[in-house]
Amino acid sequence: MEIPYTVEVRRDTGLTNGKIGIWLFLASEVMLFGALFASYILIRTGMPVWPRGDTILNVPLATFNTIVLISSSVTMVMAWASLKRNRFGTFRVYLGSTVLLGGVFLLVKYFEYSHKFENGLFPRTSNFLALYFTLTGLHMLHVIGGMAVNAYLWGPGAKLWKTNPEWFTNRVENSGLFWHFVDLVWIFLFPTLYLL
Amino acid sequence: MSSDHAAVDHAADIDKHVKIYITVFVALMALTIITVAISRLHLPVHQAVTIALIVAVIKGSLVAGFFMHLISEKKLIYAVLALTVAFFIVLLFVPMLTHNNGFWIH
Amino acid sequence: MSQTTGTVAAGGAHVAHAAHHEEPGFWRTYVFSTDHKVIGIQYAVTGLLFLFFGFSLMMLMRYQLAYPGTAFPLLGKILGDSRMPGGIMLPDFYNELGAMHGTIMVFLGVVPLAVGGFGNFVLPLQIGAPDMAFPRINMASYQCFFLGGVTMLASFFVPGGAAQSGWTSYAPLSVIASQGQTFWLIGMIFLITSSLLGAVNFITTTIQLRAKGLTFMRFPFFVWAQFVTSFLLLLAFPPLEAAGIMQLMDRVAGTSFFLPSGLVVSGQALTNAGGGNPLLWQHLFWFLAHPEVYVLILPAFGIVAEIIANNTRKPLWGYKPMVYSLGFLGFMSFVVWAHHMFMTGMGTAMAAFFQTTTMIISIPSVVILTALILSLWGGSIRYNTPMLFALGFLPMFGIGGLTGLPLGLNVSDIPLHDTYYVIAHFHYVVAPGTIFGLFAGIYYWYPKATGRKMNETLGKIHFWGSLICMNVIFMPMFKLGLAGVSRRLFDGGASYAFAAPVLHLNVVSSWGAWIMALFQLPFIINFFWSIRHGQKVGDNPWEATTIEWSAPSPPPHGNFLAPPQAYRGPYEYSVPGAAKGFQPQFEA
Repeated sequence: MEIPYTVEVRRDTGLTNGKIGIWLFLASEVMLFGALFASYILIRTGMPVWPRGDTILNVPLATFNTIVLISSSVTMVMAWASLKRNRFGTFRVYLGSTVLLGGVFLLVKYFEYSHKFENGLFPRTSNFLALYFTLTGLHMLHVIGGMAVNAYLWGPGAKLWKTNPEWFTNRVENSGLFWHFVDLVWIFLFPTLYLL
Repeated sequence: MSSDHAAVDHAADIDKHVKIYITVFVALMALTIITVAISRLHLPVHQAVTIALIVAVIKGSLVAGFFMHLISEKKLIYAVLALTVAFFIVLLFVPMLTHNNGFWIH
Repeated sequence: MSQTTGTVAAGGAHVAHAAHHEEPGFWRTYVFSTDHKVIGIQYAVTGLLFLFFGFSLMMLMRYQLAYPGTAFPLLGKILGDSRMPGGIMLPDFYNELGAMHGTIMVFLGVVPLAVGGFGNFVLPLQIGAPDMAFPRINMASYQCFFLGGVTMLASFFVPGGAAQSGWTSYAPLSVIASQGQTFWLIGMIFLITSSLLGAVNFITTTIQLRAKGLTFMRFPFFVWAQFVTSFLLLLAFPPLEAAGIMQLMDRVAGTSFFLPSGLVVSGQALTNAGGGNPLLWQHLFWFLAHPEVYVLILPAFGIVAEIIANNTRKPLWGYKPMVYSLGFLGFMSFVVWAHHMFMTGMGTAMAAFFQTTTMIISIPSVVILTALILSLWGGSIRYNTPMLFALGFLPMFGIGGLTGLPLGLNVSDIPLHDTYYVIAHFHYVVAPGTIFGLFAGIYYWYPKATGRKMNETLGKIHFWGSLICMNVIFMPMFKLGLAGVSRRLFDGGASYAFAAPVLHLNVVSSWGAWIMALFQLPFIINFFWSIRHGQKVGDNPWEATTIEWSAPSPPPHGNFLAPPQAYRGPYEYSVPGAAKGFQPQFEA
């Protein structure tokens, strides 16, 4: 039994099922991170004093990480564009770079976190740190999730290119949407936690 | 054939898109540098927050509009996102407003 | 060009492959199925089991409420000294039962049955689809629900027992509570994930997989109800997930998201950093929990609408206003939540805002209820069991809804907040409200799922017994609440002098509950007996007009023998001048 509009678009909506599905999921993610940002606002405005981000956190390292993540967004969209141009080899390079850049991001976060722990700075130490660790921690879980899906599409999942290139391209596009969203969250997280 | 022509972009279109991606990438880099530079000025909190938010919204819009292709998306997706943004704003600000209007003692 | 041939080739290969395909074994057919009908039945049966379990917890509590401090026969020995020494319920155990009763009924019982069960089974059939848009995600959503349920049940067995800070898990009590609360939080994360996956599936399926000719304004009202419900789940649940993560951090990682500074517990000051805000939990919790109550009622509205149209043999009155009301209701449900927080020190401006939005949201509810009632006028009413439950729903939801009004107004909420009045209000909407709608749905769609009708006599006994008992249980609680008796008191108010004149009502409610349990037996017997011995039926035993009745009973994998098409609206009953008494949506 075939489910229609998995690969071809439905005429009146102009969309595939997967495209709608991923945007709906992203809408729910907006609410998830929204709640955490709302918590940040409520807790911070309720405190008489609040440390400025750069007094506790490593801004140069995080700026580097921001550049890394934005770059990975570019390689992600280029991966999809390569498939549209029928260049499978180029696609693999770009998607592989996306996964690698994600790995760099995680590595930097590992250094950031361990440096904090070594200096006795834990989530329980203050609400600033609690919010920092929870927000970046949840973001990190999403980075790992996105990397896992991209790694699958780079590796075993790429078989689909041979049998159904359209479907595979759509899957890469939808995975890309998730990855861009992860980048989008960081674009707001970075100034909120590190610069303000 | 005709039902899925929307999904099939021709090579020339993709080339145009790629140029846009590179431009957006450069803009994002610049805006990142700008937002970090401004933060070094250590402006008063309200100003700092406003400017940082504006820059972040611009960056976010570029990613959403061009990398996520929102600028040419279908109406249905816009509708879902508009609804989401409305509730997002309510969630972000109403708890704080409720508190500022209340008698919560710290 | 290449796309079309590719699809044909793939399709052809698929058909050829299917010809050689073996029948999937027991596990793939009944346990790890991606068929929406199997998943729907899994949700429904699991949900019903949890409903009866949650009800049992309450029946135990009702003994303590009716006869506080007296020994419960037998069970005392089974449950042991940590919970019921000498058979007398300890207050902590009472709290455990209370918190888990609420959690289980809402999250493991009603929603899985109403949305997971009815939504999954009926929705694709009603829109003429072969299955859900994402069948494997559908299976995953049931599995998440199942894991969440197991986690919640497991929490009864950890030291300190299950969660006992109310189904609302308010901080700081929930943060300092015993281990069971951690299980509650983890269980909730599974359940929320399940709902999010389901919501994505339902919305995509409804938009994309509807049959040719089935425009949005030709949808059966049930489809609209599930559609709006899915948006509520999609957008309102994530903040609770975030809050759950933060409460887990507070409990396990020692953070202070919800713990204010200077907290002293049992004479000892806590050593946490402080600076947190207990009200943050309340905001995030109620941001979900208010839309959640509409998640509880909307599917029931949908079911009742279908059954009323079918059994009055006339179209629903005011279909368009009903649909617009659904959308308006869904939207407004996101901006009323703090009417649960009027007593938290809110200022008059915000209180005015929330009571205004709350009053406004009552309008679409009233429109829908009124339209359903007006739909009866001039109908040729058939009083079968589904219709009886649907009819019973109407005044019961009316009472529930109207009694919500004083709670939604800031000033009148002051004496009523957290009293038995609230318990009466919300039980009227959910118990003889939603649950009656769900029973109606079970009797109505059972023939489609099994090919047999349930027994009418047993159904009528189930209905009348339940209707009378529901009112015996919950009507006295209004009086109890107005007299000032608070909810969540382990002795039902016995230690308060002002409660003395109304305490006997606790006994009335308890007997109502125990007798209602007896009246569920005809239903349980009927449910299982009819699988083998119920009257056999064809495709359309109720002479209904919606697309699910064009499929065989039960439908095969893929649902329809040929892809259906919609030729008209959903309720073309008794059309003047027509040859037949009803024109099904799916007939040319």
